Parts: sequence; C-alpha cells; structure tokens
Amino acid sequence: MDKLLKLLDENARLTNAQLASMLGMTEQDVADKIKELEKDGVIRGYKPIVNWEKAGRECVTALIELKVTPKRDLGFDEIARTILAFDEVESVYLMSGGYDLAVTVNGKTFQELAMFVAKRLSPLDSVLSTATHFILTRYKERGIALNDVPTDERRFFEL
Amino acid sequence: MMDYQSLLTDCIRDIKPSGIRRFFDIAAEMDDVISLSIGEPDFKTPWHVRQEGIHSLEKGHTHYTSNSGLLSLREGISSYLNRRFGLSYRPKDEILVTVGGSEAIDLCIRSVISSGDEVLIPEPSFVCYEPITRLAGGTPVIIETKAENQFRLTPQELKEKITPKTKLLILPYPNNPTGAIMRREDLEGIAQVLRETNILVLSDEIYGELTYNQNGHTSIAQIDGMQERTVLVSGFSKAYAMTGWRLGYLCGPAPLVAAMTKLHQYAIMSAPTTAQYAAIEAIRNGDEDIVHMRDEYNMRRRLLVDGLNRLGLSCFEPEGAFYCFPSIQSTGLTSEEFCEQLLYTQHVAVVPGTAFGGCGEGFVRVSYCYSTNHLIEALHRIERFIEDHKGRKSHA
Repeated sequence: MDKLLKLLDENARLTNAQLASMLGMTEQDVADKIKELEKDGVIRGYKPIVNWEKAGRECVTALIELKVTPKRDLGFDEIARTILAFDEVESVYLMSGGYDLAVTVNGKTFQELAMFVAKRLSPLDSVLSTATHFILTRYKERGIALNDVPTDERRFFEL
Repeated sequence: MMDYQSLLTDCIRDIKPSGIRRFFDIAAEMDDVISLSIGEPDFKTPWHVRQEGIHSLEKGHTHYTSNSGLLSLREGISSYLNRRFGLSYRPKDEILVTVGGSEAIDLCIRSVISSGDEVLIPEPSFVCYEPITRLAGGTPVIIETKAENQFRLTPQELKEKITPKTKLLILPYPNNPTGAIMRREDLEGIAQVLRETNILVLSDEIYGELTYNQNGHTSIAQIDGMQERTVLVSGFSKAYAMTGWRLGYLCGPAPLVAAMTKLHQYAIMSAPTTAQYAAIEAIRNGDEDIVHMRDEYNMRRRLLVDGLNRLGLSCFEPEGAFYCFPSIQSTGLTSEEFCEQLLYTQHVAVVPGTAFGGCGEGFVRVSYCYSTNHLIEALHRIERFIEDHKGRKSHA
C-alpha cells in the first residue's frame, strides 16, 4: 500500500499495468487498491505540476501569514474552513511559531491578490493581522525542479 | 621518428579495443538518445557517506594509508562480511583494500597466473578477465553458459573444461551482463567439483548486494571447504553508489593476500584515502541505503522485464545486478544489427550481448539504473522499433 502511494506520488500517470509490474501485483489488484484509497479519502486528487510561466499564463502567488484568534471548542478549524473555501486559495496550513495560518493564494496580478487580502481575508472576524509575501520565482514544486532539467553526468556506454 | 608500434608488446597490441566504441560514436552525434547502456547506479552516494569524505579532508587526512588500507576500514569490511554472510576474515592479513573491484581482479589474476596457466572464464561476463589473463601470459578458457540454464555455471560445464593446467576459475555472479545469480545449491555443485583440486576461485561479487530473491546473495566462500580456495572480490561502487570513489577490496587466504599486497604496494601504493574514510561510514552505517536502493532497482527490474517480455523480447528473470538480458532472436537480427538499428531509428542505446563474449549472440544487455520515466520512454521506443521492424519484415 505504502509503495503504491509512493509510486503514485512520484508519478501519478503510471498505468495500472506498469504499477502492477513494479509491485508484483495483478492489474486488477492495483485497480482495486487505488479505488479503495480514493474511496477512503487517502488519495484526494491527481494534478500535474505545471510551470505556468512556460505555459504563458500570467499567474501570481502569495504566501500570506495570518494571525488569528482561535474559537473556543473549534480552535483554528472554523477560520481555516472559511478561508479554504475561497477559490483563490491554494493551500492552508496551521503553523507552529510566529503566526497561525499559512495561506497560499493564486491570482492573475499583484493587484488582484492585494485586493483579495484587503477585501476578503483581513475583514474576517478572527483575523488579527496579515503579512503578504509575493512569490517571485518558483524553483521547485513538490519535489520537481521547474526549470532545471536534471543532467546525467554518467558516461554514455559502459560495460 | 619514434616507432611506437615496435615499443608495444605483442600482447597489448593484440588486445582488442572495446566492441562498443562504434556505438558510442554514433550516439555522440544524436541529441535525444535514451541510453540503457550504463553499468553504474544513477543514485548519488548517500549524503552521510559523502560527508565523512568531506570531514576527512577537513581534518587533513590527505596522506597515504597503510598499503593494505586503513585498519578500521578492514575491520569494517570484516564485520560486514560476518553479519551479512557469516564469513570470517581477519582484518590484519586476509583483507586488502583496492582501487575498485577492478584492481582486485587484476591483482588476483596476475599473482597466480603465468605462462601456460589456464583460467576458466564463464561467459557472457564482464570484459576484463580475458585481457588481464592474457597480459599475465595465461590462457583464457571460455565456458559458455546457456540461457536454458539461466546463464548459471553448471558442474558439468566446469568439469569438461578442467585440465591439469587449470589454475583459476572466475566466478562472476551476480552476473554482468545477464543478471544471473548462483544459488546456494548451484554453488554446492561447483564446490563439489573443485574440492578435490588445487584450483583457486576468483569470486567477483561486486553486485552481491543487488540480489532480488528472498534468500539474498550467497558467496561461494560460505560453502563448506571453499573459503580456503576462494579470493572474494567486492567493493563499494554498486552497493553504495560509489563508483567514482574507486574503492574495492579482496579477501582470501593470508599467503595469497600477502602476495597480492606486494603487487598492490608497487603498482598502487594505497587506495585513495578520502574514499577509504567515506567507505568506513558506508560499511558501518549504510545497510539501510542498500535496502532502499535495492527496493528501487527491484521495481524497475520488474517493470523492464515485464515490458520486454510483452514486446516479445523474451527475458529470463534476472535475479541480480541491474541488467536484463533479453533474447532478440524473434527479430531475426543479430545482436549488433539490433543495437545499431535501434540506435539509428529510435535513438535508444543498449549493448549487444556479443560485447560480453561470443555466446552473447542473440541477446542484448539492457540496464535499469535509470528512473522509471526514463525506462518507460525507452520501452515505448523499443515497442515502436519492434512494430516497424515487423512491418518491414512482412513487407519484404
């Protein structure tokens, strides 16, 4: 099970036949396992890692540090749920350390993101303060370098 | 004008350059070649091992070590061979640290072989045994292993080639290029033939840790009565992804190791010091790295073997090293033709089986020390090649 997830985590486009070969399982077993993982909510989705700059789409991402007041009984969950419901929001993490929530937000322009913070996030009841950091360059995303193609320094033929 | 040819010995002049040079030149002209032709790990040396190399430099350990290698490294090798295979070798006089497994092979052959001696070499196998034997004045006697025996050496094949002149048997398992291994029961059979003789075994176990069956690797030195007639050669290159560090070792009976140490002392002095310090860390704390890399190779191995079999390139299950050795006879091409056409038309590089001995005809060596994505793309291209080839054949 762990190995299957690890393989999919590295490359979610491996076919069931390929996965079956690698894991020494039958194709049917692999299909069943994946279905089960999806049903149980262990696998939540499959997405490519895109270099949007190369794809020609204007895209700005900001990392926003939020200090919030936790609610009695609900803690940080309520405010986190409110924030994750915005379409612009890509990720929400509860953090240890100097602030509470780390939120990454996507937009077309700096202006658009600034407005999102000013008009949508900051006014929320529990939000005490925000600090917005714009991402200038993405070098690596989920373990994959976005621009550098890994080079193989090994010789070409070897006996 | 110097006449360099007349300077060279007949022997060195007669040694043929590697048969794959030609393919190298073709591939060098292409920019999108997918290579499955390398014999070294794609992994980098584990970080903690590299770090120990760096530390040794920081501390100024930049001198020669003792000729035999650092005692603490020999102790590490001794305790590793004991915990992994139940073997016991004295660090003081039964272990010699060498510049890669290659030097160990060279030392062993040159220390025991002289004019007229015969060396038994199972083929297909790594390419160095024969030329080194010839340089020592010995006579290589090739034993052709067979696909129907999964390229294992059988007692019968061995017996047939033994003569009064036979001095050394090379035992290259797990095998490059076939991926064949010798199981305990296979080794028992070989041992039975050898026990009554004065023949020494050079057991090249450089791929020992890359064995994928449940029982793992068995060394011939583990078989009753065999340690005293075996020189075990291994190293750090394949198991710990340390090819560039150039570090190997040999273990054997003290009188032989003493002789080989003399040769090593005059030819090499001592193995690289930085590499030795890194290797101490590898052999003490690297067991988990081996497991991790072996698991990874194992998945790729299954992917590739299944993929090749599906394409009709029938492939016995290789249980060791990181190569498959599929038969390409269904294409009607020779090994060389197959490799050349695959390279020209699909830009995929594999090595003709004939590079490892005449009996490699009809086979090619495919390496899987590449990422899964790389292997998948290569399999796609090989599939296109097979389809096109079938099309051309039926057209003709």
